[in-house]
Amino acid sequence: MLNSSLLRSRWFSFGLLALGLALLPFLIDAGLGRSWVRLLDLALLYVVLALGLNIVVGYAGLLDLGYVAFYALGAYVYAWLASPHFGLHLPFWAILPLGAALAGLFGVLLGAPTLRLRGDYLAIVTLGFGEIIRIFMNNLNAPFNLTNGPQGINLIDPVQFGGASLSQPLSVFGYTFSGAHLTYYFFLVLVMAVIFISMRLENSRIGRAWVAIREDEIAAAATGINTRNLKLLAFAMGATFGGLAGGLFASFQGFISPESFNLMESIMILCMIVLGGMGHIPGVIFGALLLTLLPEALRYTGDWQRSLFGQIYIDPADLRMLLFGIALVAVMLYRPAGLIPSARRRQEFADAKA
Amino acid sequence: MSALLTVNGVSKAFGGLQALSDITLSVNTGEIFGLIGPNGAGKTTLFNTLTGLYTTDRGEIHLDQTRLDNRPPHRVLKAGLARTFQNIRLFAEMTALENVLVGRHARTKSGVIGAVLRLPATRHEEADSHDRAHALLQRVGIAQHANRLAKNLSYGDQRRLEIARALATEPSLLALDEPAAGMNPAERSALRELLLQLQADGLTLLLIEHDVKLVMGLCTRLAVLDYGVKIAEGTPDVVSRDPKVIAAYLGDESI
Repeated sequence: MLNSSLLRSRWFSFGLLALGLALLPFLIDAGLGRSWVRLLDLALLYVVLALGLNIVVGYAGLLDLGYVAFYALGAYVYAWLASPHFGLHLPFWAILPLGAALAGLFGVLLGAPTLRLRGDYLAIVTLGFGEIIRIFMNNLNAPFNLTNGPQGINLIDPVQFGGASLSQPLSVFGYTFSGAHLTYYFFLVLVMAVIFISMRLENSRIGRAWVAIREDEIAAAATGINTRNLKLLAFAMGATFGGLAGGLFASFQGFISPESFNLMESIMILCMIVLGGMGHIPGVIFGALLLTLLPEALRYTGDWQRSLFGQIYIDPADLRMLLFGIALVAVMLYRPAGLIPSARRRQEFADAKA
Repeated sequence: MSALLTVNGVSKAFGGLQALSDITLSVNTGEIFGLIGPNGAGKTTLFNTLTGLYTTDRGEIHLDQTRLDNRPPHRVLKAGLARTFQNIRLFAEMTALENVLVGRHARTKSGVIGAVLRLPATRHEEADSHDRAHALLQRVGIAQHANRLAKNLSYGDQRRLEIARALATEPSLLALDEPAAGMNPAERSALRELLLQLQADGLTLLLIEHDVKLVMGLCTRLAVLDYGVKIAEGTPDVVSRDPKVIAAYLGDESI
């Protein structure tokens, strides 16, 4: 009896969550406007990125500051194969997995030379790799025009299902869904898949081995873990998610240039993880949503100032970054384990204080 | 009696310091072999070369027919030699149960696909690992702490957890680096019981220990190291009467 009611309540809350997620873009569209639905799409993209980096940093404990390289790679693969740049227009279901797989391969290639490094040293080397990829993208317009240099690649195909494109409105049963709405549902499905994969990996032989390496690499090796292979696997899995997000980004924006893949981007993704709660999936998701949407919300500080004081004292563009910085510092001071830490990390910080 | 572990002429230097010189010894199947010697004699260095954490300069190490020297640690473990550490090295932020489950890693093989799709083989393997891990926690006497973080266990329980984690790897030879260090007398006698049980189950034990009473009572044979040289080997009786051993521990009369 208890079991069946428990099951019912679980299915009930699951159904409620699904309904909420399905209606979310409409509520946001009605309340905040269409541009916020597009921001929501972007936020979902960052959830994929953050969950990918979480495998490398959160689980395996490898501080990777060049993660954006894989994001860039996924984006460029998509752009090369679905834009007028090379005149290729392959379907998304072929390119997205290809971009993700290629990024995964690069994850292994870039991870291999760093295997002996830890902590700060690893961070510096990965930072270098991230910059190398960006500089390559910036300069590979000659002798052969691969990336079109700083101008970037334009007119990238949107994701298309049959005749429907995610950049065009679609009428279903007399109701018209905007492109931003359609993108939201498409991204949501992929985010769900990435969450599912992360959760399954976390509670597996592989996930435990990653955490063991994070906790004590020598003990992990002496307990029978092939630390080299498992670290490479973590790099590969993280990079695969990064590559997938890159492809989505290219199709969503329709335009990419090296500018989008700078060091600041890597640091932002890292902030999402640390701020939300490292190694904890709900925390990482929350961190990604918050850090994508908060800076946008803070653009409205000009309006707030006008309504409060009648005039604008501080330029909203400056105030935005100031408030954002203060918020980051405050979270790290008062919630060092992250906003939604795992039970484990909460305990760790509580013990450290006691 | 057949030799399970044979160490043949192993040397290891760190810069100008000769940490191990030409060490030769063999551990027979089913025995508890003690490794003793004053501080800095090279006991832990020998452990580290045995378990692949250090490379050797010369010499060979075999476990049964498998050559172990200069192999990566996970290969050594897979061959059947598991160890514990002098300064406990648990996975602090994992629960006791998870620590033991990590020990199952080398004897299981589910990969990413199996984990994500939760294939029947993976589910079966996970269930089996959990059963074994619970049984091992029971065996070393810390079953009640299965879901506590390793770092929150008492010192003695952490030592026992490290043994459980090593046992989870199904070793044929278990190398223990000062397992009784920091234990109170009650914990020591429980440890002694545990080690004797493990021996009765057919496990071979290699033991570094400072507690002379424990070593003398437990070990079938001993080797004594001093300044990286093996100065004696034999039964506890013989070794404890060896003048070189007495000199190493108590100082040379002639000085």
